[in-house]
Amino acid sequence: MANYETHEHDVIVIGAGGAGLRAAIEASAQGASVGLVCKSLLGKAHTVMAEGGIAGALANVDAEDGWEVHFRDTMMGGQMLNNWRMAQLHAQEAPERVRELERWGAVFDRTKDGKILQRAFGGHTYKRLSHVGDRTGLEMIRTLQDRGVHQGINVYMECTITRLLKDGNRVSGAFGYYREDGRFVLFKAKAIVLATGGFGRCYLVTSNSWEYTGDGHGLAYLAGADLIDMEFVQFHPTGMVWPPGVRGILVTEGVRGEGGLLRNNKGERFMFKYLPESKRKDYAETEEEAQRWIEDTVAGRKTTARRPPELSTRDNVARSIYTEVKEGRGSPHGGVFLDISYQDSERVKRKLPSMYHQFKELADVDITAQPMEVGPTMHYAMGGVRVDADTGQSRVPGLFAAGEVSGGMHGANRLGGNSLSDLVVFGRRAGLGAAQYAKSVTDLPKISEDDIKSAIEELEAPLKRTDGVNPFEIQRKLYDIMGTYVGIFREEKDLETGITKLQELKQEVKRVSAGSSKAYNPGWHMCIDLRNMMICSEAIARSALSRKESRGAHSRLDYPNMDDALSKFNTSVFKAGEEMNLEQRPLPEMPEELMQIVLKKKETANA
Amino acid sequence: MREATLKVFRGNKDGGEFKTYKVPVEEGMVVLDAIHYIQGHQEPDLAVRWNCKAAKCGSCSAEVNGRPSLMCKTRMDRFGDDEEIRVEPIKTFPVIKDLVTDVSWNFEVNKRIVPFTPKPDTKWIVYQEDIERVQEFRKCIECFLCQNVCHVLRDHDRKDAFMGPRFLVRLAGLEMHPLDSVDRTAFVKDQAGIGLCNITKCCTEVCPEDIHITDNAIIPLKERVVDEFYDPIMWLFKKLSGRK
Repeated sequence: MANYETHEHDVIVIGAGGAGLRAAIEASAQGASVGLVCKSLLGKAHTVMAEGGIAGALANVDAEDGWEVHFRDTMMGGQMLNNWRMAQLHAQEAPERVRELERWGAVFDRTKDGKILQRAFGGHTYKRLSHVGDRTGLEMIRTLQDRGVHQGINVYMECTITRLLKDGNRVSGAFGYYREDGRFVLFKAKAIVLATGGFGRCYLVTSNSWEYTGDGHGLAYLAGADLIDMEFVQFHPTGMVWPPGVRGILVTEGVRGEGGLLRNNKGERFMFKYLPESKRKDYAETEEEAQRWIEDTVAGRKTTARRPPELSTRDNVARSIYTEVKEGRGSPHGGVFLDISYQDSERVKRKLPSMYHQFKELADVDITAQPMEVGPTMHYAMGGVRVDADTGQSRVPGLFAAGEVSGGMHGANRLGGNSLSDLVVFGRRAGLGAAQYAKSVTDLPKISEDDIKSAIEELEAPLKRTDGVNPFEIQRKLYDIMGTYVGIFREEKDLETGITKLQELKQEVKRVSAGSSKAYNPGWHMCIDLRNMMICSEAIARSALSRKESRGAHSRLDYPNMDDALSKFNTSVFKAGEEMNLEQRPLPEMPEELMQIVLKKKETANA
Repeated sequence: MREATLKVFRGNKDGGEFKTYKVPVEEGMVVLDAIHYIQGHQEPDLAVRWNCKAAKCGSCSAEVNGRPSLMCKTRMDRFGDDEEIRVEPIKTFPVIKDLVTDVSWNFEVNKRIVPFTPKPDTKWIVYQEDIERVQEFRKCIECFLCQNVCHVLRDHDRKDAFMGPRFLVRLAGLEMHPLDSVDRTAFVKDQAGIGLCNITKCCTEVCPEDIHITDNAIIPLKERVVDEFYDPIMWLFKKLSGRK
């Protein structure tokens, strides 16, 4: 058998974005020996791309805000499918996590009286997103990174985990390889925290980086955990659409938060006509009212005007843009227009510096002088590993998950800004949960030599094939299937076709190869990543097929309405033998006092 | 469709050669797209680092026709129709394979810097105008292009004595943070080795985030070192006033 190096820690954290770093910091602070494994270099994780801000009811700008309103907004945004306890903890703890980032060195933009500035975002009743221009994620990851490296956390960079190992029911370790030279590595651990992010790379048009191949979803699934809400895939309404090379790259919701207007090719502010009836009263009735909101907001004044319709929730804006384009009212390159050029150009450059540069350098568009062209892009996975809200533990003892890889927090649709806060709230909780669990483990779980052998065989198989298929070609086929049959709008026969095609593609995945070298070979890495991407894709398609209604980010053409009976279930998939099984799981029941908060008639949203 | 000719370094620490590839050019394409095209259609084992493809993560640093650049920001239409595009790894750090270099030294250096340490009774009220210069430094995406072009590191290989522009920027961000309480001036002089910088501004020129590394970070830090260690009047003033 091939050689491998061995490391031993109380807690292994897989993934070093916001959730992984926060989990590692917490577990280490609890006295656990922590190994932090990251697929890229430290500080390059996808969190770095988050732009708009981190949600938390600090009430620095709108004094009326509080955790109850944040909780209600989150539940409403998630169409009541959220795990109520996660939404509650999130809303209650997010402000403290933001202040903690500041204490650790994050330098947020300020209000006039020197507090952390907060901006408006879709679905949030009040101005709630603490931010640093449009590079909030970079600020957060650098802050956590600099905090983490001084805590004695062992960081294993450019290392990919391909198997979780178990001793009976509970986790005992993880196996993987270093990208640099392909050498194998075994991590023995009492507890493991998955913080691997999402699976955007199953789609061609995505704002996600190459790392987003659903590794944690796949690892957890294979280890016996269940994945919930996989049908809910967030398409962010505003990705770049032109030129082709940048298609899908994110255009922050902050543009709309700062007053960006959406128009079709007839110059219409089309979002006015797509507001759901139940929410219409929360939004401006006329362009004049919306304009007043924008002017007051830009000036930092209180306003009696209601917010512009562009700040509707992401699922709704994405569907609206898709419909406008499909009905022939799109921009020249198949998007719609997003315009902030009517504002003072120096302010635009100051508030949205990376958007300014991104468009200037990659698309020859000066956003201070002309509109952007934008369209939906796969952005976020609401679905993921089902976990205990308080500790982040999955149904596999010792296996924890936090951040995008976990499911439940965001229900059927995530509000902008709730991801960065999710990362630190539940990153901390999972780190704490894992450290406490590890303390309770007195006998070190065993590692099976057979499991290691089988992990090595799986890794070496593509290297031994001489006449295989280029894995990037398989990835392009996957893009095709997911884009065509499992996209924004879904229909039974499409989903069934998609599932059949995924089954066929699975056979081809068994034949991939990318040369025989293990030394920094991205082709070989892709061969390995495909397994997890296939698991995620199948889980999305099967879950989408089973949910016969439209809710949040899940839009069925054949079931266009919401079905109240289905508001009480999460879709859960898990491995049974070699098959993917699916069941409807009743939602945890919300206590009466929280239900009252949700039902409480909204005060007039004047933010 | 126009076809571009790329010469890409293929090899490892023991050496290598430039291999020629033909790549169809789409409108708005960047060099990283061309590298991905080669990987996806011709040679899947071509090694390259990248993450965001939007100039936010600082992973895809390379030298393109001799110019240190982020490949995701380098447009193919910058080059003439018949111009060969030569892509090679950054020079200051050892090659691992093809376009990937071993930048781990930077991560070791970072660990030595005393982190942000607020005063115990900090009220956390601070005004936008007081943090703007710090926010400039915090834009750094750690692409290490500044480290790559710095003569002290690239030509003289003084990694033993000089931390390079990236970490002077980080130190400036800490030293100029209005709520930080640690004095790192001695560290800047002795450990970071700021005296070795002779202000040629090459780092500033290649910074994809347009951070004024030399003017706003390095020169003010040099001034602090001078005030602290070489100016007797300032030294006395500080001793008496207790100023940081």
